Amino acid sequence: MRYLPHTEDDIALMLEAIGATDLDELFAMIPPQCRKDGELRIPGPLTEWELERTAQELAETMGAGRDYVVFLGAGSYEHFIPATIRYLLGRSEFTTSYTPYQPEISQGTLQAVYEYQTLVSRLLGMEIANASLYDGASALAEALLASVRITRHDRVAVSQALHPHYRQVAETYLQSTGFEVVELPFDGDGRTDLSRISGEKGFAAVAIQSPNFFGCIEDLQRAANLSHDTGALLVVCFSEPLAYGLLKNPGSCGADIACGEGQSFGVPQSFGGPGLGIFATRMAHVRNMPGRLVGRTRDLDGNRGFTLTLATREQHIRREKATSNICTNNSLCAVAAAMYMASLGGNGLRSLASMNRDKAEYLKRELASAGFSPRFSAPTFNEFVVQAPSGFHQAYERLLEKKIVAGLPLAGYYPELDDCYLLCATETKSKADMDALVREIRS
Amino acid sequence: MKDFPGANGLVLNERLLWEKGKPGRCGMSLPEADVDPVPMDENLVGEIPDWPGLSEVEVVRHFTRLSQWNYGVDSGMYPLGSCTMKYNPKINDQIAALNGFAHAHPLLPALLSQGALRLMHELGLLLAEITGMDAVSLQPAAGAQGELAGMLILFAYHRSMGKPRKKIIVPDTAHGTNPASAALCGFKPVGVKSGPLGILTPEAIAEIMDEDTAGIMVTNPNTLGLFEEHIQDISEIVHGNGGLVYCDGANMNALMGRGHVGKMGVDVLHLNLHKTFSTPHGGGGPGAGPICVTQSLERFLPVPRVVKDGDRYSLSTDYPDSIGRLHGFYGSFAVMVKAYAYILSMGPLLKQASNLAVLNANYVKARLKGVLDIAYDRPCMHECVFSDKLQRSSKVTTLDIAKRLIDYGFHPPTIYFPLVVSGAIMVEPTETESKEEIDLFIEAIKSIVKEAEEDPEKLKQAPRRTKVRRLDETSAARNPCLTG
Repeated sequence: MRYLPHTEDDIALMLEAIGATDLDELFAMIPPQCRKDGELRIPGPLTEWELERTAQELAETMGAGRDYVVFLGAGSYEHFIPATIRYLLGRSEFTTSYTPYQPEISQGTLQAVYEYQTLVSRLLGMEIANASLYDGASALAEALLASVRITRHDRVAVSQALHPHYRQVAETYLQSTGFEVVELPFDGDGRTDLSRISGEKGFAAVAIQSPNFFGCIEDLQRAANLSHDTGALLVVCFSEPLAYGLLKNPGSCGADIACGEGQSFGVPQSFGGPGLGIFATRMAHVRNMPGRLVGRTRDLDGNRGFTLTLATREQHIRREKATSNICTNNSLCAVAAAMYMASLGGNGLRSLASMNRDKAEYLKRELASAGFSPRFSAPTFNEFVVQAPSGFHQAYERLLEKKIVAGLPLAGYYPELDDCYLLCATETKSKADMDALVREIRS
Repeated sequence: MKDFPGANGLVLNERLLWEKGKPGRCGMSLPEADVDPVPMDENLVGEIPDWPGLSEVEVVRHFTRLSQWNYGVDSGMYPLGSCTMKYNPKINDQIAALNGFAHAHPLLPALLSQGALRLMHELGLLLAEITGMDAVSLQPAAGAQGELAGMLILFAYHRSMGKPRKKIIVPDTAHGTNPASAALCGFKPVGVKSGPLGILTPEAIAEIMDEDTAGIMVTNPNTLGLFEEHIQDISEIVHGNGGLVYCDGANMNALMGRGHVGKMGVDVLHLNLHKTFSTPHGGGGPGAGPICVTQSLERFLPVPRVVKDGDRYSLSTDYPDSIGRLHGFYGSFAVMVKAYAYILSMGPLLKQASNLAVLNANYVKARLKGVLDIAYDRPCMHECVFSDKLQRSSKVTTLDIAKRLIDYGFHPPTIYFPLVVSGAIMVEPTETESKEEIDLFIEAIKSIVKEAEEDPEKLKQAPRRTKVRRLDETSAARNPCLTG
C-alpha cells in the first residue's frame, strides 16, 4: 500500500528494538473480549484509478456543474471562484498543517488569518473578528451564548425570518441550558416584527438576519435602538455577506455582534459543508468571544509576527469555564475567504454586489410578468420570495427534467407560505439563463 | 546537522495585504453586466469597505510567500501527539473537488443529490463496521461538536428516563475539549485521577459514580497513549448506576481492525475524520466529527439523517426524539468525501495502518528510553508521552527541546499535554512515517539532549532557522492587536 512505507525488514527490525515477537503482541493489552473478531468487512483496497471511477460515478448523479441552472440560495450561494484560490489553497503548507500551536513555523496561516480577521471586521463595521467557527448556524448559536454571558440575562429573541436551520441549531445548542428562546414573527413586508420586544426587559440578545431568509433587508438601525432600549445586545446574522458590499453594514447600524456564513467568499458549496462561520464583535466583548484569535506581536529580534492569543478563554486552558468548546475550526475556509477578499478588493466587491442585486431584480420583474407576485414588499438583495400561480408545482418538476432548479419551495419551512418559492440569482446567472427560466415557465 | 532536514534557505518578506496594492486594482474577473442597473434606496446603501485593490499577480505572490512560512505534513514529520498528522492522500482532495461534489447545492431535490446521499450513507456504514458501533451521524463539524452531540444525547437519554442528571465523570487523561463540551450541556464535570499505571481503575470510578451522574467521558486510548484496560468493568459500573459511557475516539488510529468499541461497553463514540481518516487539517480545520451510537440510542442522533429505501436515498427529519440539528446543512461534506476515498483506498488494510501506527510509537519509545524520561513505561498504543525530567538539571525545558527540534527540520510533538505529566512531550509518529524518517527524528532528539548538557543556550535561542524567532506571547495577550 503506497501510504505505508514499512517493508517486512523494517517491521522485523523495529519489533526487535521493541522486544516484541510480532505485531499482535503490541495489542496484547486489549482484553480479548474487547477485540475485533476477524478482518474488517469493508470493500477495497481500490487503486487510485478504480477509486476515481467510483467517485466520478457518484458525482455525475448530482444536479451540479455546467449542465444545470440552479436558482437556489437559502444559505448556500453559487458564486464564481477565481482559479487562483483553488491553486493557492492547494499549497500543501496551508492544507497539511495543524492548528498553529508553533507560531515560528506557522506564520503563513497566522498572517493569513490575521488578514481575514481584519478584512471581515472592515466589511462588517466591527472592531474584531475571530479566526472562524464551523458555519453560520453555529456562529449564531455561539453569539446567543456569548450574549447570555455578557448580559447575564437568560432569554433570547430570535426572528422567524432568520434561516430556519440556523434557528434549529441554536435551539439544539440551548436545549440543555434552560435559556428561553422567544421567536419574533415577520410582518407583511417580510421584515421582523419587533413590537414583541419593545418595553420588555430581560433579553440577552435580539437576533435578526439581514438580508433575511426571504432575502429582505431588515431595518438594522431600528432593531439596534429597540434592542438597546431593552438592555439586549443586537445580534445581526447573515447568510450572504456579499450583501455588505452594497448595504450599510451591521456595525454602522449599531450591532453588538455580527455573525453568519462566509461560504460566498471563495468556498465551494460542497453540498453544504464545510462552510465558514464568521463571528465579529466589539473590542469590549473580546474576553467573552468564542473561538481562536490571532494577534500581532514581535519576536525576539523585534520583527513583526503573529500568534494565537487570548487562549485563556479557550477550552484547553479554561476547561469547563471556557467561552466555547470549539477547538478545530474552519481555518482553511477563512484563508480561502482572505484570498477571495484580497482578489476582489473594495471596488470589485461593490461592483459584484450591485450586479447580484441587479440580476435578482431583473428576475423578479420577469417572473412578475409571468404571473408570479412578489410575496413581500421590503427591498431585497440577491434572492426573493414569490407566490407562484396555481399549478406551478407540476411545472417545477418539469423544469427539473430540463436541468433547471426553479428556486426553493417554502411550504416545508413555513406552512403559511404554501405556494411560495425562494429564488436566487447571483452573478453566475446570465440574462439568457433567466430568460430561459421564464420562457420555460410560460410554455 | 547536515543529515537532518532543517536547513537555511531564501525566505521572502511579505507585507500585510493592505500595505500593498492600489485602489483601482482588482484581481478577479467580473462578468459583463447584461441587465439594467436598478437603483437602490440610498438610505440602505453603505460605504465601500476599505479592502485593498490588488492584481492577480500580487495576490498569488502574497499567499505563495505566506505558505512558505508554514510547515505541513508534506514538509516533513509532524509527530504532534493526539492530532494524528498522517499523510493526506492527494487523490482524495481531487475527488472532493469533482464538479458534482464541490458545486452541489445542499438543497437540491433528493432526485438530483443521489450520489452525495449514497456516499454519506455508505460512509456511515463503513464507520459502523470499523468501530463496531450500530448507527452513525456524520453531521458534527469537528471533534468538539461531536462531543457536544454526544453530551446532548446523554442529556436527552436521561430526560427520556424521566430523571435528568447533573454530573459527568471526566478523567485527567481525557482530551482538553471534554470538560468544555460537557459544561456546554449543563453538566458539571467531576474529575477522576488515573491510577498508578496511567489508566483508570474500576475502584476510582465506583467511588464517584452515582445516580446523579449522567455517565463518563473516557478517551480510549487515553492521552497517555495507553489503552484503558478496565474499560469493560468501568462500563459495567457506569451502566449499573444508570449512566452512559461516552468515548472520545480521537485516538481511533490505534484501534482499527483491532478493537471493537461496541464490545467495550461504549454507548456513544465520536471520531475525527481529520485524524484517523487522513483528511487534511487545513491549519486548524475544517474537520468532521461523526458520532457513533448503540442501537438503543439511535433515536437521539442529530437530524436530518440519510435514509435508504430500495435503491433510493433521501433525507429525513422524522425522528421525534432526536437532539436536533447541529449544522446549517449536513456537516462537512467535502471532508466526508475525502474520508470515504481514504477508507476505500485502504480497505481491510486499515488494520495494518493501526498496526504500524502502534509499531512506530513503541519504536520511538524504545529507542528514546533513557534519553528522555518516559512518564509511564508500559507498552503504548499509537503515541507515547515523555517529559523533560532528565533535562531539568541543565535548566532546559520541554519548550526549549520543542523549539530546537524545529531547527533540525521536524515539527515538534505536542507539549505540556496531557496535564498529568509535568513537562509532557507527546509523540505520535503515525503509520505513514518510514523507519528512516523516525530514526532521523530519534537522532535529532538525542543530539538536542546532548546540546542541552553542553550548550543549553542553543536550545534557549531556538529556533534560529525560521522566518521569525520566538514570539512575545505575553504582550500579545496583554495588549491584543487582532486587526490591522
